[in-house]
Amino acid sequence: MTDLLILGPVIGSMIVAATPLLYAALGELVVEKSGVLNLGVEGLMLTGAVCGFAAGYSSGSLVVGVVGGALAGALLGALFGLLVLFLMTNQVATGLALTLFGVGLSALIGQGYVGIPMSKAGVIRIPVLSDLPILGPALFAHDALVYLGLLAVPAVAWFLYRTRAGLVLRAVGENHAAAHALGYKVLRIRFLAILFGGAMSGIAGAYLSLMYTPMWAENMTAGRGWIALALVVFATWRPGRVLVGAWLFGGVTIMQLHVQGLGFAVPSQLLSMLPYLATVVVLVAISRDVTRIRLNAPASLGKIFHPDA
Amino acid sequence: MSLVRLEARGRASPAMVYLTPLLAVGLTLASGFVLFGLMGFDPLRALHAFFVQPVSSVRGIGELVVKATPLVLIAVGLAIGFRANVWNIGAEGQLTLGAVTGGGVALAFYGDGGWWLLPLMILAGIAGGMLWAAIPALLRTRFNASEILTSLMLTYVAVLLLQFLVHGVYRDPDGYSFPESRLFEDDALLPVIVSGTRIHLGALFALLAVAAGWVLIARTFIGFQIRVIGLTPAAAGYAGFNEKRIIWLTLLISGGLAGLAGLGEVAGPIGQITPTVSPGYGFTAIIVAFLGRLHPVGILLAALLMALSFIGGEAAQIAMGLPKAITGVFQGMLLFFLLACDVLIRYRVRFGRRRAAA
Repeated sequence: MTDLLILGPVIGSMIVAATPLLYAALGELVVEKSGVLNLGVEGLMLTGAVCGFAAGYSSGSLVVGVVGGALAGALLGALFGLLVLFLMTNQVATGLALTLFGVGLSALIGQGYVGIPMSKAGVIRIPVLSDLPILGPALFAHDALVYLGLLAVPAVAWFLYRTRAGLVLRAVGENHAAAHALGYKVLRIRFLAILFGGAMSGIAGAYLSLMYTPMWAENMTAGRGWIALALVVFATWRPGRVLVGAWLFGGVTIMQLHVQGLGFAVPSQLLSMLPYLATVVVLVAISRDVTRIRLNAPASLGKIFHPDA
Repeated sequence: MSLVRLEARGRASPAMVYLTPLLAVGLTLASGFVLFGLMGFDPLRALHAFFVQPVSSVRGIGELVVKATPLVLIAVGLAIGFRANVWNIGAEGQLTLGAVTGGGVALAFYGDGGWWLLPLMILAGIAGGMLWAAIPALLRTRFNASEILTSLMLTYVAVLLLQFLVHGVYRDPDGYSFPESRLFEDDALLPVIVSGTRIHLGALFALLAVAAGWVLIARTFIGFQIRVIGLTPAAAGYAGFNEKRIIWLTLLISGGLAGLAGLGEVAGPIGQITPTVSPGYGFTAIIVAFLGRLHPVGILLAALLMALSFIGGEAAQIAMGLPKAITGVFQGMLLFFLLACDVLIRYRVRFGRRRAAA
């Protein structure tokens, strides 16, 4: 029975740990579906984290904080979009630059905020359901961003596969020359997708600094932006599978906390390796099926488009 | 139709290949001027404290070379890979592993070393870096997994491994449980080659790497294959070039050089194994590689400039209380500007509306 009782909190904290990954990976999924590879998720998340914290701290409102994080992410995303779309820079190199820049910029902005604690967001208990034994508190007593993140999964899926705009976005990602010939504004669509991805990464970062930890520390994302990128591949570009992947990684993150609690004397540094090693293992397991990757990856992913060419 | 537009050049402009890095540096300095002003510092004084003051003494120039050494070693290796579209971005991890293995040898033979110890450490450092780069190579060639993501994930693993070791078996037994190793003995340290500075033997290795990198890319068949794979993968396939072999080769070269750089840090300026052996050389080297146009000689110049951003950041922190993080902002900004300016190589900027085609 005690084993069952621990299950509730474990599942609950797994869902919380998965939330920033979910936002960042869903955003990147839409960007990649439009044919752009943005390797700067880590930098976007860090900038979102620090700007979200600054906005939340100075206004005293978590909503303002999250919106601030989203705006900062979108703004930095716009810079990326400007470079890769209109100046036709190499997407891999520009994404790396975005991450390096984001790491420095966030540290610079955040130097006045290091070590300041924030009060945690209120938990929204869903009536009746949250009173269920064990699973009730685990699934139905979280902050608002957890629920919004879960709602974002069907929303993104619906947009991509059930709306005209989503169809156009996917067409641009599959074959930009054909989409251009049909009269669609390839660059404008991609730019909007990048803005959305930037905002989602910004929210992911703000979630870390406002809800998850809640405080600002340099490099606090600790590679989550890169894990989110791996999640998109893991999910073979399907929103529903992003959720599965995010929960999986949330579980691995939580596992390192609980293994020591259960009395296994494993050094903390080795346990902290788990999410990174799990990313590599999962990436290998998915990527080895070359045909599956080729069938699911957007065909124009990472390719440069010039309207006059 | 917009008033400013880009028009494709008939062929890439060779002049712009060399001009855009200078343009990017100029734009970065101009942005730094504005940035310092916005932060409430006297911009001219700040730029002087950042970029001039640190190198106005012999000791300062020595430090510049010390910091440029790992950057050159790593960037020469990375550039070879980048030319073949092999994106090893985990050099920081390979550097760390070189410090772990090479430095581990120094500790293993502590107290009974000899002339052979340093060569053995160097070999172990290179092997450590190669081993860490071999994992993404295997996963890419055998399982098709993106080397970008695997090499980066392994960086986190390597840094955690180093911390695990300095908190455990590497820790100085007489060090009051500080997470640091013993100080290396003299025969485990790279000799200083310019007296009055900390410039060590690693600087010569870096120059050798520049020469060897140039020969490999410009004068060998392997180098030709690397360039063809990078420019037109399809042509390389028809020519029967073995892409997997090139992936292995480029990752092993860049990993080995990063490992050597890591060994050079612990057996050079640091002189022991500490929880952090690099201020991010492995990531800055990516910028160095691009700024140096993926050319070994260009990399040498770019590394000196980026080394200046490291010591400038430290100096400006001490002299004016500027935040150290500004180094990263400058580095990121420089790469942004460089990538943006590179559009001028293949396109020219036209003002005014397009005339109707004749």
